Amino acid sequence: MSHSGVDHPRLAAEFVKNDSRAHWHDQALWFVRAKRDKAAQSLPEWETLRERASQIKRNVSANLADYLEEFEANATKMGATVHWARDAAEHNQIVLGLLERHNAKRVVKSKSMLTEECHLNPFLERHGLNVVDTDLGEWIVQLRNEPPSHIVLPAIHIKKEEVGELFHRKIGTDSGASDPTYLARAARKRLREEFLAADAGITGVNFAIAETGGIVVCTNEGNADLGTSLPKLHIACMGIEKLIPRADDLSVFLRLLARSATGQPITTYSSHFHGPREGCEMHIVLVDNGRSNILGSDEFRRSLNCIRCGACMNTCPVFRRSGGHSYKTAVPGPIGSILAPSRDAQQYASLPFACSLCGSCSDVCPVKIDLHHQLLTWRREITVRGHLPWTKRVSMKMARIVLVRPAIYRMAGFLLRKVVLRMPRALLYNPWNAWGKSRDLPPPPKQTFRQIYQQRHGK
Amino acid sequence: MRVGLFIPCYVDQLYPRVGLATLELLTRQGLEVDFPVEQTCCGQPMSNTGCCDDARPLAERFLEIFSAYDYVVAPSGSCVSMVRNHYAELVGDHPHYAAVRDKTFELCEFFTDVLQIERIEGAFPHRVGLHQSCHGLRELRGGRASELMVDSFSKTRVLLESLDGIELVELSRVDECCGFGGTFAVAEAAVSTMMGRDRIHDHQQAGAEVLTAGDMSCLMHLSGLIRREKIALHVMHVAEILAGYEVAS
Amino acid sequence: MASKQQILEAIRRQSVAPVEHPGVEGPWITYDDAPAQFAAALESVGGLCHFVADLPAVNAALAEIPEFSAAQRIYSSVPEIGGANVDMASIDNPHALDDVDFAVFSGEVAVAENAAVWVTDEHVRHKVVYFLSQHLALVVRRSQLVDNMRQAFEKIEFRAGRFGVFISGPSKTADIEQSLVVGAHGARSLHVFVVE
Repeated sequence: MSHSGVDHPRLAAEFVKNDSRAHWHDQALWFVRAKRDKAAQSLPEWETLRERASQIKRNVSANLADYLEEFEANATKMGATVHWARDAAEHNQIVLGLLERHNAKRVVKSKSMLTEECHLNPFLERHGLNVVDTDLGEWIVQLRNEPPSHIVLPAIHIKKEEVGELFHRKIGTDSGASDPTYLARAARKRLREEFLAADAGITGVNFAIAETGGIVVCTNEGNADLGTSLPKLHIACMGIEKLIPRADDLSVFLRLLARSATGQPITTYSSHFHGPREGCEMHIVLVDNGRSNILGSDEFRRSLNCIRCGACMNTCPVFRRSGGHSYKTAVPGPIGSILAPSRDAQQYASLPFACSLCGSCSDVCPVKIDLHHQLLTWRREITVRGHLPWTKRVSMKMARIVLVRPAIYRMAGFLLRKVVLRMPRALLYNPWNAWGKSRDLPPPPKQTFRQIYQQRHGK
Repeated sequence: MRVGLFIPCYVDQLYPRVGLATLELLTRQGLEVDFPVEQTCCGQPMSNTGCCDDARPLAERFLEIFSAYDYVVAPSGSCVSMVRNHYAELVGDHPHYAAVRDKTFELCEFFTDVLQIERIEGAFPHRVGLHQSCHGLRELRGGRASELMVDSFSKTRVLLESLDGIELVELSRVDECCGFGGTFAVAEAAVSTMMGRDRIHDHQQAGAEVLTAGDMSCLMHLSGLIRREKIALHVMHVAEILAGYEVAS
Repeated sequence: MASKQQILEAIRRQSVAPVEHPGVEGPWITYDDAPAQFAAALESVGGLCHFVADLPAVNAALAEIPEFSAAQRIYSSVPEIGGANVDMASIDNPHALDDVDFAVFSGEVAVAENAAVWVTDEHVRHKVVYFLSQHLALVVRRSQLVDNMRQAFEKIEFRAGRFGVFISGPSKTADIEQSLVVGAHGARSLHVFVVE
């Protein structure tokens, strides 16, 4: 699309080219969507819960500064230290400073989309630290030296044979072994060594409770808990929108999160931290990084409701077929296509168009973000800011010129039916006919509807 | 009751049969139906591409052309959604906006909600796959979207099922998008094509003879693939089936 | 502290219309047979539920579990549970708990809708044993079983330095081709004993 930015159509076409793999990817994610449907069906109050969650999150947006101050005061009372970072660079610097002060060399991390957003790993590695992502999927992509392709299922794009080959090379599993249980056991053994040797644990935050000063981290593997129960330093990194007013609000969000994400009734571990263990330190880094800007936009504010369940990715017919890497952002898919342009509209101008506007994401979202409407609004914003490719700009202008004048419209229709659609196939299906590459154009009717209507009604 | 017939531009030019079927269905109900010939396009393609300045004059024309009618009816959930849900941002302060918005209906919802008719006389003894066009489903709420945990319904399905002899086949993905998406079909042609093929395959495996939908745009995309790949599946708009038209060859 | 002030000011500069907090009461699900629902939910997440009359019966049931019988190092936070041979009080470094094979804890609340059991580190010096132990058993009283998460949070309190976690089933991952593998980093099996 724009020459310097992410070219989603090209990256998507590359992914689609491998038809069997694209279908395999589509089906794996559709399977997760189907599990989500089943989990949601098990609660007659599902739609009430969604509405409730949405309203709580909007209440948070309306009082965010107050809740943040309340959270800091209470977290401090609980014995944690709260840090504030305006952007990714400041966040990374704070984390590095804490690690250096504790002379930490080996760091175990559990899943945190915020640290992906801030590119914390490469930053720490540049400063000589050893950082291990301990979520199995994240560890796999880390070993492959690539980013996660999905926020909940980081390695959803990788086949088990490829994991087997990777583990064989990196940790010496049997050559040719691809049994997921065997591979996961090997990872368990290896990562236990990392947990036991770690000097510090970094986690993300699913929810931060203003009323109590506590944070909640949800995992299935138990990696966040191992990573924070052994080393003496726990650093929790979170975007400022992760606040919720009260602990009781968790009774709404914990019911929605895992059901929406994977179809589980709740994650295996929902860990509530209120201050550090005895003799240890707990630090919480609150990161803005553009969020306060989004807060000011009536159109996009609701994107801050997001609880990072990934359901919009699993349901998105484009994401399922184009793969998470085609978005080139830490958070891909529908929600990512809203968040990324707010950071850099030119760079990510193609993402709001990587969408057929089917609306499935808006209906699946547990906090009722009007995702597809926001994507549409972004298209307008991108046009206004001049990032729309000239091909689209010019064709829409021409269409308008034709369509505002019925006489020209009838003439253009005549040309379409009598000339264009009757051209020899070789001419009609030329290399510039993107529609016709895979699809036939409709056979031209003899008369338009209006001609028939006017004949019948003598007008 | 005077009904203004709103026939989307590409239906007018390429699918006159769908326009005629809509006209006949409404006329048979004893309604006075008029097709204002100065109409062209509602402006959706421009709006969905982000070009509001190009869409606005078309939206203004639309309001002026259709303000004189008691109801405006179109065989397209997508174009009706444009008027109902997206005109506010373009022409929200136009004097005719609110009135036209509230009286513009998609064909099937006009039958079930306004005329309160859920039975159509006629027969269609075929196995039919109903493609739930997204905008009719999720923007107009013409049925239950599979994501929502509410009671199941579909205004289109109710009308189709009232025909004698019709058999609606069960799809494995009941309301997945076909991949048309306006300019998306061209800008993201690879994904769009794969989505379309997957939908067609679902209808095939379900044993459909005829694939139908409430939006001709989805069907233009799907039939383009079907014709290219010489698949044995007929494509008809819901209006054609309800009006009693023969299966198109 | 400059960053804090800047962030708070940036937020306060934005005018956001007030939205009322809706409260958390609602028509939340209840079950005719909560224990049966709990057991079914636990099974669906890879755990096993045992209904027993009293604590001696827990001991008897544990003896039937192969992982318990084979365990060399056993920790229990429930004094009545037999066979425990890890003395947490004498261990200063949590890393020393790496070899625990089986651990038994008492749970404070059990939730029927999702098989979650709320446990804390109140009487557990090193919480890591919840996650390091190869196998896990949780003991809850029938009276501690609630229908849904709303009821669960009514029973939970948070205090400084206190860690609490809902555990629902054994640890698991589906990160390799969506194939469910039980026993990711934490417990490889989970038994819940519901005591009358």
